[in-house]
Amino acid sequence: MTSFLQLDFPALLAAVLAGGTCGLLGSFLVLRREALLGDAITHAVLPGIVVGFALTGLRAGVPMLLGALVAAVLAAWLIGWLVRASRLESGAVTGIVFTSMFALGLVLLEATGARDVDLDVDCVLFGQMETLLWPEARGVSSLWDPVALAGLPPGLWLLMAVAMTVGLTVAWLWRPLRLLCFDPVYAQVVGLPVKRLEMGLNLLVAAAAVAAFEAVGSILVVALLVAPAVAMRFLTQRYAVQVWGGAALGAGVAAGGYLLAGPLPLALGSAVALNAAGVIGVLAGLCVPLAMVMSRGGRRVSGA
Amino acid sequence: MTPISVTGLSVHYRDRPALLDINWSAQPGLTAIIGPNGAGKSTLLKAMLGLVPSEGETRFFGSTLEAARDRLGYLPQRQSVDWDFPATALDVVAMARRARSGWWGRLPRAEREAARHALSEVGLAELADRPIGELSGGQQQRVFLARALAQNAELLLMDEPLAAVDAATERTIIDVLKRLAKAGRSVVAVHHDLASVPQIFEHALLLNGRVIAAGPVAQVFTPATIADTYGPGLAA
Amino acid sequence: MIGHNTIVVVLGCAALGIAAGAVGCFALLRGRALLADAMGHAALPGVVLAAMLGAALGWDTRSLPPLLLGGALAGLAGLWCVQRLTATGRIRQDAAIALVLASFYAAGVVGLSIAQAWPAASQAGLSRFILGQAAAMRAEDAWAAGALAALCLVTTLALFPRLAALCFDPEFAQLSGLNIRATDHALLGLVLMVCVAGLPAVGLVLVVALLVLPAATARLLTARLPSMFALSCVAGGAAGTLGALISAGHAGWPTGAAVVLTGTCLFTAAMLARRG
Repeated sequence: MTSFLQLDFPALLAAVLAGGTCGLLGSFLVLRREALLGDAITHAVLPGIVVGFALTGLRAGVPMLLGALVAAVLAAWLIGWLVRASRLESGAVTGIVFTSMFALGLVLLEATGARDVDLDVDCVLFGQMETLLWPEARGVSSLWDPVALAGLPPGLWLLMAVAMTVGLTVAWLWRPLRLLCFDPVYAQVVGLPVKRLEMGLNLLVAAAAVAAFEAVGSILVVALLVAPAVAMRFLTQRYAVQVWGGAALGAGVAAGGYLLAGPLPLALGSAVALNAAGVIGVLAGLCVPLAMVMSRGGRRVSGA
Repeated sequence: MTPISVTGLSVHYRDRPALLDINWSAQPGLTAIIGPNGAGKSTLLKAMLGLVPSEGETRFFGSTLEAARDRLGYLPQRQSVDWDFPATALDVVAMARRARSGWWGRLPRAEREAARHALSEVGLAELADRPIGELSGGQQQRVFLARALAQNAELLLMDEPLAAVDAATERTIIDVLKRLAKAGRSVVAVHHDLASVPQIFEHALLLNGRVIAAGPVAQVFTPATIADTYGPGLAA
Repeated sequence: MIGHNTIVVVLGCAALGIAAGAVGCFALLRGRALLADAMGHAALPGVVLAAMLGAALGWDTRSLPPLLLGGALAGLAGLWCVQRLTATGRIRQDAAIALVLASFYAAGVVGLSIAQAWPAASQAGLSRFILGQAAAMRAEDAWAAGALAALCLVTTLALFPRLAALCFDPEFAQLSGLNIRATDHALLGLVLMVCVAGLPAVGLVLVVALLVLPAATARLLTARLPSMFALSCVAGGAAGTLGALISAGHAGWPTGAAVVLTGTCLFTAAMLARRG
């Protein structure tokens, strides 16, 4: 038990929280037909993360979150402005903005020397689930021992805070968000602050991207944002099931992926541990064809 | 020879029929296809030209679309393309000459001259080298007309050539239609303005998902058939 | 000073940039540019599998052509998945692209973690394909990538009238006797070739930028297709050359990032020129 708490518990918790948060937000991206924006934001936050880190030297701290939020706002504003000013197609503009910001982030990572300290390219590309450890854990009682809890990786606290914020915000803005997804023009006519809601959603996505950064990196987070939500689109027509189901599926996929990657092969005596973020991404991707097959089977039954 | 003959043509969007069992022959001369919104007028043009999947058979001058391709011209709705595309008016018209000159290499000078000539026929000679994004809506419509003319076709199919154009463009287009008819060419045009049908066209096809009436305008363009096509409200 | 190897690599990057500018021009006008993002990411598992296969068969795993072939096949599979997902009518193309790029990339990451435990395969230095590392390219790699790029450029030039007609008005082009499906497939094939040729130098994460940035820059500066095409080639070539030179001078800078930021500077300059 102690070794599970020390080695697997923090990473498993991080995976579940990241998967649940991204799965929850993903539905809003997919329903609003903004899947690409999710991709863009998760890439575009990189320079913000690096600058936040470089200024304070703290990994997974509040400065990184703030930096990422600023970067996300900048990216959304740049995309909007460029679409109007250049008259280029919005997909192309999105591609330009997020690749440029991601490239800037990579260069900043070198230039600020952040790479030598603690934050490196590998984390961006593959996630670093294996660095999430809890050496202070001494049996189950550690779960309510404040001294031991203080030893949890700091990134985990940030992830918990973001997950909580996202969950509460979605519950609080339940009806406005539903209207925003279903009919944004009507939402504007009846006086919803559509622009602010959209920006708020973008900020939540950015926060989720930062919080999930340590666990799955900034590319694989896209799988958790899009795949559970798309899979749920095939399984339900009900809004509540779509949104919370997406969160549950995301969390489940993340937990399953983590266990399949390391602990399970280890228990079976294999020496090779797979990259956990990668396995999570593959599982998430497989959810979609599976959901397609299930929905087709379901329709045939209901049609008969 | 009959420019178009359609037998048993049906089009389905998802599971809903848009056109059901159309049997119709177009006569030489100018023909208007009329009907309310959603009657399937544009769909009929596109189905005949193989641009949307359909059942049934369409013959042009007695042969298949493939064999008759060089004798056909097409003027789509203006909104069907992105006018921000980087091309000049002449570039757009010149594309119509590719079918004849082949798709390899530069377009021969003679073909470019033919395109320029088509532009002058619609009164746009001096705007030939202007980017299409800078043209007015009416001028863009005339560029499309010039492109259809440059196909040098015996039969032209036009989708709403007179929709939302300025008065000068409307006059030019009607002139061109009459000149084509005089030169022995045939035109089948989707048309929305009932009042001008008798002044421009010789034949009409009244359509609403199926054929309501077809024949010379004087015979088929009657209050009764119009009421059948549009519903009773418009038959004044 | 600058050695023979560096010169060859810079020339290879220039050829790659020019080809990307040429293909990107039509990819942008046809609204297909972002498919390159899916294809690029999707190439990773193919590259990894090719390296593992090569290691199992005892080949030189550093040799580029088998790796690129693997990447091309996986990229093609990714493209196929995007089209199948979109064909259901319930997934929009942007969601399908995001889905495919993330899950194929994830499969590649899993493959990398397996390959790392395998000395023969890990020698291929596979992670350099993610962000691009021109400095790690050998002269023969640059020749291979450059030859692929040159082939793209020649094909694009030969197909110019077809691609122009397809991008402006596919229905009219079809009526004029153009085989739309074949031309569309040819365009996607060219995009795939650029993605694959760009893997060693620019990397799969940012290769999409090489297709979009030069073409968008050129589009801002002209409203005529031939000049847009020429400017796009020039901008792509400049980004490739300067990016490779910059990353050669700063060890550690990923070449992909340097190339993209050079392209971003050109795009910004074009924006300013347009407004000024």
